[in-house]
Amino acid sequence: MTGTILFTIACLVALGLLFAVVLYFVAQKFKVEEDPRIGTVESILPGANCGGCGQAGCHAFAENVVKAPSMDGFFCPVGGNPVMAKVAEALGRAVEEKAPMVAVMRCSGSLANRARTNVYDGYSSCKVMASLYAGDTGCKFGCLGKGDCEAACQFDAIHVDPEKGIAVVDEDKCTACGSCVKACPKGILELRAKGFKNRRVFVSCINKDKGAVTRKACSVGCIGCGKCAKTCPFGAITVENNVAYIDFTKCKMCRKCVEVCPTHAIHEVNFPPKPKIEEKPNEENV
Amino acid sequence: MKKTFRIGGVHPHDNKISAEAAIEVFPAIETAYVSMAQHLGAPATPVVAVGDKVKVGQVIAEPSGFISAYVHSPVSGTVKSVGPRADIAGNMVPHVEITVEGDEWMEDIDRSDRIISEIPYSPEEIIEKVKKAGVVGLGGASFPTHVKLAPPKDKKAECLILNGTECEPYLTSDDRIMRERPQEILIGGAIMMKALGVTRGYVGIEENKPAAIASMTEAAKAFPQIEVVTLKKRYPQGGEKQLIDAVIRRQVPSGALPIDTGAVVQNVGTSLAVYEAVQKNKPTIDNVITVTGRCLPAQHNYKVRIGTPMSKILEVAGGLPENAAKVISGGPMMGRAIANLDAATVKANGAILVLTEAETRRRSESACIRCSKCASACPMGLEPWLLNKLSRAGGRYDELEKERVFDCIECGCCSFTCPAGIPLLDMIRISKAEVMKIMRSRPKK
Amino acid sequence: MNKLFVSPSPHTHGPESTQTIMRDVLIALTPAMLVSVLASGWSALVLIIAGVATCVLTEFLIQKYLIKGPVTVCDLSAAVTGVLLALNLPPNAPWWLIVIGSVVAIGVAKMTFGGLGQNIFNPALVGRVFLLVSFPVLMTTWDDAGSMFGIVDAFSGATPLGAVKEGLKNGQTLSQLTADNLTFSQQFFFNVGGSAGELSALALILGFIYLLCRRVIKATIPVTILCTVFVVSGIFWLANPERFTNPVFNIFTGGLLLGSIFMATDYVTSPMTTKGQIIFAVGIGLITVFVRYFGSYPEGVSFAILIMNCTVPLLNKYCKPHRFGEVKK
Repeated sequence: MTGTILFTIACLVALGLLFAVVLYFVAQKFKVEEDPRIGTVESILPGANCGGCGQAGCHAFAENVVKAPSMDGFFCPVGGNPVMAKVAEALGRAVEEKAPMVAVMRCSGSLANRARTNVYDGYSSCKVMASLYAGDTGCKFGCLGKGDCEAACQFDAIHVDPEKGIAVVDEDKCTACGSCVKACPKGILELRAKGFKNRRVFVSCINKDKGAVTRKACSVGCIGCGKCAKTCPFGAITVENNVAYIDFTKCKMCRKCVEVCPTHAIHEVNFPPKPKIEEKPNEENV
Repeated sequence: MKKTFRIGGVHPHDNKISAEAAIEVFPAIETAYVSMAQHLGAPATPVVAVGDKVKVGQVIAEPSGFISAYVHSPVSGTVKSVGPRADIAGNMVPHVEITVEGDEWMEDIDRSDRIISEIPYSPEEIIEKVKKAGVVGLGGASFPTHVKLAPPKDKKAECLILNGTECEPYLTSDDRIMRERPQEILIGGAIMMKALGVTRGYVGIEENKPAAIASMTEAAKAFPQIEVVTLKKRYPQGGEKQLIDAVIRRQVPSGALPIDTGAVVQNVGTSLAVYEAVQKNKPTIDNVITVTGRCLPAQHNYKVRIGTPMSKILEVAGGLPENAAKVISGGPMMGRAIANLDAATVKANGAILVLTEAETRRRSESACIRCSKCASACPMGLEPWLLNKLSRAGGRYDELEKERVFDCIECGCCSFTCPAGIPLLDMIRISKAEVMKIMRSRPKK
Repeated sequence: MNKLFVSPSPHTHGPESTQTIMRDVLIALTPAMLVSVLASGWSALVLIIAGVATCVLTEFLIQKYLIKGPVTVCDLSAAVTGVLLALNLPPNAPWWLIVIGSVVAIGVAKMTFGGLGQNIFNPALVGRVFLLVSFPVLMTTWDDAGSMFGIVDAFSGATPLGAVKEGLKNGQTLSQLTADNLTFSQQFFFNVGGSAGELSALALILGFIYLLCRRVIKATIPVTILCTVFVVSGIFWLANPERFTNPVFNIFTGGLLLGSIFMATDYVTSPMTTKGQIIFAVGIGLITVFVRYFGSYPEGVSFAILIMNCTVPLLNKYCKPHRFGEVKK
């Protein structure tokens, strides 16, 4: 009886020792060396894994930023400058502050402004719709309103307004991760500088058709008349392919262009109301 | 036993309600809008300028690449404009707009009804004539025919299959030309066989067209090398791969071309176009278009000049009825819904189909019940339910590639058959495009 | 004129919908329901009605108030579960038994996994097995006193399978047992003892033929199960006819026909490809025979199907359909 018990115990102990030795050597052989700084950086990052930085996720970002010689090309749009400053501090490097960005919706072709010419009846996805045809209005460039951007956004910051039929950005929630920009098959969304006091001036249209065609399709489309470009004192506005574009790095927000635009396609946001009560341009927020 | 393809397939109601309407010549139009993108591949380059006088059959655009085709003027008159115009999907495509004045044809076109069966040309001459006439595949894909008649050096064609299956519901234009012009079709077939250097030819026709089978069989007596094969009615028999499988029992391997089985497939309409191009010097300037739909007052098969606006055709056919909900260019399974009725016809337009809301409205989607009917219906042996699931998960392109999403021929059998009304093909099409983009971007071995 | 619709192809749809499929299954179950009511009287009818009502109500309440999503009871899938569960119980079972079973079937086996199409196990079978384990006496006693139109004589006792199992346990041989057991024609048209759905093979086969004609199911799974049971029990029977029951007896008794035609073919819980379906069905056949011959329960179809249900995801993963252009090996 005692013999059996002793034998059993001895066997178990021997087996245990054997496995411990094997495990020790295996662990030594296949040891993965990881820079401890990767963990530190990862813990600083927001952990949203949104991919807005262009990396596969927060861990990949941490790994690559630690490996890289400098902070160039690495920016976490969600955490913004404070997070990047902390990351730089943890790595003992210097980092340049970047202007905060926000996603901007460059289409105002709401149901009221842009008449529907047909009814889309397929799977409710902008991608499917865009691959099929030009869209359910006369405008081939405008928002399709099926919400691919909404599905892509992890921060609940963009929604398709059921009354307008187009996407609307919630700029307080937007982290400028760029997921919606990638998701939009029409390339309507753009990351622009958030601007001083969140003030921005931009052309809310990307219609490249000739003016007459655009005007027929949508009442607030850019017709490429070029008045804004002539008015701009800073040369920030270019008109190419019948559509104006404001370079936000050059724009000084004088808002002269907003006044001259005949179709109110240029929007100004978050400016205080003007003292003069004149005929006011379309101040519809995006 | 009648032949058919071996995997999948569905049986939609064939609705061949326009089969008894003889081909009518469509009345003269005032303006023709000729698209420069009537074929697969690069759009043609216009060679006419505003104000130029053109005759019927005159070259107005030249090919701009290896896979591209000539475009000829379908009318005589003055070029009014050259520039972008919306196609049926509303996308801008370069067009040449011609104001019609009279009906003056190029002198070398033989407009008589005389049937010429001798083929005095060499294969090279045939291919050159087909190319110069701008013939493209009229079955739907509009692949330039001269390219298909000259397979790569390392591939050897063994037989030619003429596609007279017309497996899409409603369509009857091929049925009509097989009834009315069987000899010309077969001579066209013989011409293509000579160009390919093959001695065996088949014409595949589905059993629901007995009159076409009878007239083609009768005419084929003069062509001992061409056999008329009656096929079971089953969609998508007219798919190139399915037709080859049905007629000669060979399956095109995944990623390979149909020519790898030794077969070259041409639509009967293309065959007729080849006959006219080679024997009559007549380029592709018109085609037979079925105008059909249960809600229309009358059914028609029109011979229409290319560049005629769809709205004009519908107007002549009796106008769009009040209850029309969708107008489709092509059949209900693979046709394209027309968003812009002012768009002009192109070479490969075979039909204008008008459906009511009850006939065409999408069902609301419910949960997948895993009945696997989509997998049973898929003629390529894929699993649409799985591809749908992977597509919706987003980004799972490796798995989609492993499940061979790129083999999808977009026939629509899965969406057609799904009892839960899931838009399977919508999802598969999107991920197929993504996967093919990834595959193309890989360095070649 | 109205605005035109635009959508990707195809622009037409086949006639089938989830609802028509479930309706066809209900129609196919009608002969079996009729037989059950004729043989066992009102109690069977009460069971069916209570089963359907509870299943539909449970699904409705969960979708409406718990999930707060769309209510899809109109697709009739819950009704099918209710009927199947009713046909799986003794016809004289009390009504509250099936109410409990239905709540478990829909609430636990179906909705917790996400509703129609997501469940791993056949809901009706989960309900049945739950009842079998919780109320073994009620679930295995067949008191058939209430025969409605006097077609069948009043009968009380165990099912043929139960009787055989009991007899074998007591040391009797089969030849002694079968002397007072059923003839083939009795088995085929009216099995006197058994759960509601086991009564008549003919009624079930009628339903099977209807489903095949309507292309709701393919014959692969039922035929493979029956063949497997026939062959495997045949081998045992040939080896020792005194110990093991004969193959024909095995096929027509118990819930084998009901199970193989209506439960194993359940879309959601059976494999997608023919290859997978054959493996699945062979597994069910084998387990059924082994439970019957060697297990402690007289009947094994429910367990067999539930066990094989677990293998479905794996079978779906490894059994791929024959792809076009693939060279046959």
